[in-house]
Amino acid sequence: MIGTRKDLLGLEDLAPEEIVSILDTARTFREVLDRPIPKVPSLRGLTAANLFFEASTRTRLSFELAEKRLSADTVNFQTSGSSVSKGESLKDTARNIEAMGIHLVVIRHQSSGAPHYLARNLDAGVINAGDGTHEHPTQGLLDIFTIRERRGKVAGLRVAIIGDIAHSRVARSNIWGLTKLGASVTIAGPSTMMPMEVERFGIKVAKSVEEAIEGADVVNILRIQLERQRSTLYSSLREYARVYGITSARLKGAKPDVTVMHPGPMNRGVEIAQDVADGEHSVILEQVTNGVAVRMAVLYLLAGHKAPDESAAEHPMPKETKKAHGEPSLHPRR
Amino acid sequence: MASPLCIRGGRVLDPARGIDRVQDLWIVDGKIAGLGEDAPADVRSNRSAEVLAVQGAVICPGLVDIHVHLREPGQEEKETIDSGTRAAARGGFTTVACMPNTDPPLDDRPRIEYVIRRARECGHARVHPIAAVTRGQMGEALTEIEELVEAGAVAISDDGKPVRNAEIMRRALELTRPLGVPVIQHAEDPDLKGDGVMHEGWTSTRLGMKGIPDAAESVIVARDALLAELTGGHVHVAHVSAGRSTEIIRRAKARGIRMTAETAPHYLLLTDEAVEGFDPRTKMSPPLRSAKDREALLEAVVDGTIDCLATDHAPHTDFEKDSDFDSAPFGIVGLETALGIYVKALVEPKLLTLPELILRLTVNPLRVLGLPGGTLEAGVPADVTVFDPSRRWKVRAEEFASMGRNTPFQGWELPGQVLMTVLNGRVTFRAETLLASAR
Repeated sequence: MIGTRKDLLGLEDLAPEEIVSILDTARTFREVLDRPIPKVPSLRGLTAANLFFEASTRTRLSFELAEKRLSADTVNFQTSGSSVSKGESLKDTARNIEAMGIHLVVIRHQSSGAPHYLARNLDAGVINAGDGTHEHPTQGLLDIFTIRERRGKVAGLRVAIIGDIAHSRVARSNIWGLTKLGASVTIAGPSTMMPMEVERFGIKVAKSVEEAIEGADVVNILRIQLERQRSTLYSSLREYARVYGITSARLKGAKPDVTVMHPGPMNRGVEIAQDVADGEHSVILEQVTNGVAVRMAVLYLLAGHKAPDESAAEHPMPKETKKAHGEPSLHPRR
Repeated sequence: MASPLCIRGGRVLDPARGIDRVQDLWIVDGKIAGLGEDAPADVRSNRSAEVLAVQGAVICPGLVDIHVHLREPGQEEKETIDSGTRAAARGGFTTVACMPNTDPPLDDRPRIEYVIRRARECGHARVHPIAAVTRGQMGEALTEIEELVEAGAVAISDDGKPVRNAEIMRRALELTRPLGVPVIQHAEDPDLKGDGVMHEGWTSTRLGMKGIPDAAESVIVARDALLAELTGGHVHVAHVSAGRSTEIIRRAKARGIRMTAETAPHYLLLTDEAVEGFDPRTKMSPPLRSAKDREALLEAVVDGTIDCLATDHAPHTDFEKDSDFDSAPFGIVGLETALGIYVKALVEPKLLTLPELILRLTVNPLRVLGLPGGTLEAGVPADVTVFDPSRRWKVRAEEFASMGRNTPFQGWELPGQVLMTVLNGRVTFRAETLLASAR
């Protein structure tokens, strides 16, 4: 179960019931966030380090906020990939973390599998905040959490994911999580951005964005990036917007109450039209709020096998939670 | 006459001469004296002879690996000529050809001569240097190929990267043709490779790793087959990893094109699924490919499309390989595990007989380089390997003679334990506890 895990490295590793357990825990923390004082002492005495080897604003802020709302001490380390010799710094970072007695490590890294390297080498719990083009499990969880809140369920839903699947860690985590919970996933995007044998995820590959959206309950729109070395993958943002951009007109093919999502940051007018981004179907800001709650849940559950101090252990969860979701597995073990 | 050495009671395999029988092998004055009764009587009756009993073991010509990286000069933190040739001896190899991607590269006479001299001083294996195709291996200007060959280079290659420019490849083939040495190609199109780190397929899709398609190799193999046909030159394809490449090589050979090929042990035993745990010890260039590719390689080894078996021994420091996958350098060590892996991958499943395997580890690689040897004929330098094909042993990288410990086979149980390696009649390696002294 998730409560016995040391690390969260990807949704591929999780059983459906573990995902549900995180989502349930997140809901109680979501309630905490609406309180006048949105803070609980669950992680008091624990220290979380946010290691961002790749630039990020919202994910780092979201994690830091989640840690602070749980009363953890936090330290931040940010570097661009180029300023540090990559492999060297990762090993040295691991050693430093060990020396500093940090309990939980949140890592974003440009190399797929870097969190797995840390997890192998550290006693601290490791949370993957995005590794290369592999996974971004907390983004996947917050997307699924938002879908479940909005539509009341996940199983049986038709979810379309539009964009650069090959280079998207958000897509991979969404695909693993959604398919494990019984949703049916269809993807669409330029064929140069569809990774080899992608249908083996148990998903459909649509020939066009229209086909993918047809009858969809949820449309999740990925950020498109043509900079860096990806210039050979597609001609231009203009052409992308014309062929794959989600406009109100395209959205008409989906269910009338379709839920529109985007992990941010958005390129308005490219992958998502202005009126869709701000329209009635959009839950993009809700995703951001839910992100904090989901990350609180993950931190809380992984901290289960750390040893928070006496007083924190007495009040591991907000009071309402104990009534509503009092499964023993959610409580930190000592 | 110095004291003769008698290797007694083993199965003598000299496939080039069709010999496969239990017999004593006599060595004296650095040369093969003969087999059994064929050895001169004064040798056999010499009272100071050392006799080693190797019942159940195979006695064969010293193994030859035409693709190793000895890292010297310039990268002595990874390997030296001394440590690399000790590793060769420990793996049963008496001859290795070393790649020129040292620092600086082997692209002039003094460096070629240095490698030869240093290897002689060390005395653990015959070392044939391979010279660079282009100056500094930069892919732009040809090296002084005639002089390098005169100095002792047995082939030219820019291994580590391909000769990308087709015009340069053409001219290199034209210039080497009269010299009788091959151009060894690291076939991997740099544009298709991009910043890929593993085979492109379902596993790379799942792991979100940048993929290298099999076509990155095969397009260069196809191009080079055409250039070999155009020039009449000899292209040797290094470390073939892709099934499609074997089809091209097979067709090229059938057309009479001078194209030869090698593969490396890991491609015959592992697939891209081994990358699953993001372990940099599964990262090499070209990458581990699909199960289908592996099947095709085995078939190509069996039918002779792939002429010989090499290792692509590529040592790196622990520190470099102890990292995330992307940051780690490409390459794994192979000299001390190759024989066991080849026995496991080819002989145990009965794809090859032992004599057929030994041919691909002795005479065939020497032929690719146009070199004599690879037999146990009386009078030739006594390069001999003794191994027990069925004895199982555990891979322990910490015991390697190589400075490189970067093997994906750590902890594996392999057959084919090397008992002894003899170079010029001198024992360069012996598994002390396993060898019984008789008489």
